[in-house]
Amino acid sequence: MGEPGTKELISLDELEAAGNLRTGRKHILSILVENKPGVLTRVAGLFARRAFNIDTLAVGPTDDETISRITLTLDGAVHPIDQVTKQLHKLVNVLKIRDLEPEETLARELALFKLAVDGPQRAEVLQLCEIFGGRVVDVSKRSLVVELTGSDDKIEAFESLVRPFGLIEMTRTGEIAIARGRGET
Amino acid sequence: MRAVDALMECLKAEGVEVVFGLPGGANLPTYDAFYDAGIRHILVRHEAGGGHAAEGYAKATGKVGVAFGTSGPGATNLITAICDAMMDSVPVVFITGQVRTELIGTDGFQEADILGMTLPAVKHSFMIQHPLEIPRTIHEAFHIARTGRPGPVLVDIPQDLSRADIPYEPVNDVHLPGYQPTTEGNQKQIRLAAKALANARRPVIYAGGGVVNANAASELRELVLSDRFPITCTLMGLGAFPAPHEQWLGMLGMHGTRAANYAMDEADLICAIGARFDDRITGKLSEFAPRAKFIHIDVDPAEISKNVPAHIPIVGDAKNVLARLVTEYRALSADRARLEDWWQRIAGWRAQYPLRYEDTTDTEIRPQRAIQAVFEATGGEAIVTSDVGQHQMWTAQYYDFPEPRRWINSGGLGTMGFGLPAAMGAAVGCPDRTVVCIAGDGSVQMNAQELATCAQNAIPVKVVIINNGYLGMVRQWQELFWDKRYSHVDMGSYPDFVKLAEAYGATGVRLTDKTTLVDDLKAALATEGPVVVDVRVTAEENVYPMIPAGQAARDMVG
Repeated sequence: MGEPGTKELISLDELEAAGNLRTGRKHILSILVENKPGVLTRVAGLFARRAFNIDTLAVGPTDDETISRITLTLDGAVHPIDQVTKQLHKLVNVLKIRDLEPEETLARELALFKLAVDGPQRAEVLQLCEIFGGRVVDVSKRSLVVELTGSDDKIEAFESLVRPFGLIEMTRTGEIAIARGRGET
Repeated sequence: MRAVDALMECLKAEGVEVVFGLPGGANLPTYDAFYDAGIRHILVRHEAGGGHAAEGYAKATGKVGVAFGTSGPGATNLITAICDAMMDSVPVVFITGQVRTELIGTDGFQEADILGMTLPAVKHSFMIQHPLEIPRTIHEAFHIARTGRPGPVLVDIPQDLSRADIPYEPVNDVHLPGYQPTTEGNQKQIRLAAKALANARRPVIYAGGGVVNANAASELRELVLSDRFPITCTLMGLGAFPAPHEQWLGMLGMHGTRAANYAMDEADLICAIGARFDDRITGKLSEFAPRAKFIHIDVDPAEISKNVPAHIPIVGDAKNVLARLVTEYRALSADRARLEDWWQRIAGWRAQYPLRYEDTTDTEIRPQRAIQAVFEATGGEAIVTSDVGQHQMWTAQYYDFPEPRRWINSGGLGTMGFGLPAAMGAAVGCPDRTVVCIAGDGSVQMNAQELATCAQNAIPVKVVIINNGYLGMVRQWQELFWDKRYSHVDMGSYPDFVKLAEAYGATGVRLTDKTTLVDDLKAALATEGPVVVDVRVTAEENVYPMIPAGQAARDMVG
């Protein structure tokens, strides 16, 4: 009776609920939106209105000037991601959403660290900087600014290592991401 | 031509019959265009009244309602109507004037960031940046308001742009790459749903306002009658299935019938159609319908599994999906006898717990009796609007709606003051029908100024005030859950509604005698023009049965 792929239902017990699941991991959503005034407000406002928390948010142009990309990360332990994406899809200015698979995604974040370094500590910090592939972009008598690119894990690891030396301040961009391989994100 | 004249051409192209609005500084150009545009415009007395009138018009006719307001306070006065239309999925286009572009951001006179203020409460909104955008934007606004899950769309037009000259070319398409609502349900899912229904021993069909919006009442009826499926509707869905009927359980939810709520509680399969599992339906979510699997049919994918995880989700227009579901279900030739035990169980609840109230032995009018009298006086043939509160629930319980679009009320937002302007809009949209607003003495005062609009335009709404001198629903909650500490709910006998009606140029009648109530109401309904009927009812009557907030169906009281 059923066409291929339609399972024969014998009893209601076989039915399983879909959706509304907490995945328990970090999600990176890559959202293409129309490049129009107020679109970011609509996205941010939706998160506020639905009590979803954004962990990081990065917005920038794409290769098409009429389209911007919003990359945001959120915690799948707290939010049902499918509900978040479905609500986002309802925004008329949202063109495409991808919930990026961690294994198939390159995610990078840029961070700037201003470190207090006096005398002998300087060499140690520079060594850490080299190990992490960071660059010193500003030097003064008593401080250094280090530029570091990488996954959020790497940036957090660097932060915890340099913090004892005296972290004056830090600024991070939030992750941006792109799919591995030939396919579009 | 001026952009505002192009705007009028766009409204005509959209088939707009009537606009409800109020002019002001920032939309003076628009109102100049109205002067000879040949579009009916009804001058309301408050923009909120205009917004709700546009909603009432939309709900009664199924067409897109239109409301205009000026900038600043004109626009902010529309916000309640915008929120209301969002919560109840009402297609309305709101067009506001905005201060001149050079003043935007300067806190200019009557400047308000209406776009920003309404962002969480609109289906979509547009701020006009260039006069050339106006025609396309207007058509896109109507397209978004009416398609998919309907809702409010705001268009904010700065004054200087509205008076600019533009070359006008009719627009016949829309360009909305990010807006493609799914209307066709997935065939495999529909087939699976049919099989689940055929396997269910204790099914319930639970229909909401989405069925009304999709004009799918006849398809719903086909489904219900394709077997002996018990059917219940939400407050917004009343009329989607004709009441009374042997398969009709009555409304469900906080003030629904026990038969409907207990059936949901014991069901093994619930088929939700155009309904969104609101907290007034589910009560305590963790104890809602604990034995049931769920089919959920909705045109808005985000509603599916939002509150209750669906086992068979079907995204699509209810009319489209139900028609195919009926075909699939009939092909299965399910055994009708399997529902016999279920119907016996339901019959037991119906017999044991009918809707009931203690009637009086003297002439005093019980509010429930007043609703029944309105039903008798109208023969159930009227379009009925209501405000929000006890009278609304009694109407939902005691007025049987035979068809969709006969019952117009504010369900999601629960907006007091909705009923009178909504009745006005419904009467303008359906001039051949009797339109009755069943109001509370508290609620009606929130938009009573629209009586002037009705009188001036000979809009013959009949306003039946269920007058108990209280903010009755709040008083009921204070009685039941706050130790009868009646805090600020006593409205006294103010105003004198008969005099108020007369002052507005309407007819006023006061009714206090149960024995002549139906005849008196008939006489009032037969009176020309707008009529206000002040029905004095028992002051401290409660709406029962009731699921106390946050509790489960099994905890029903009264």
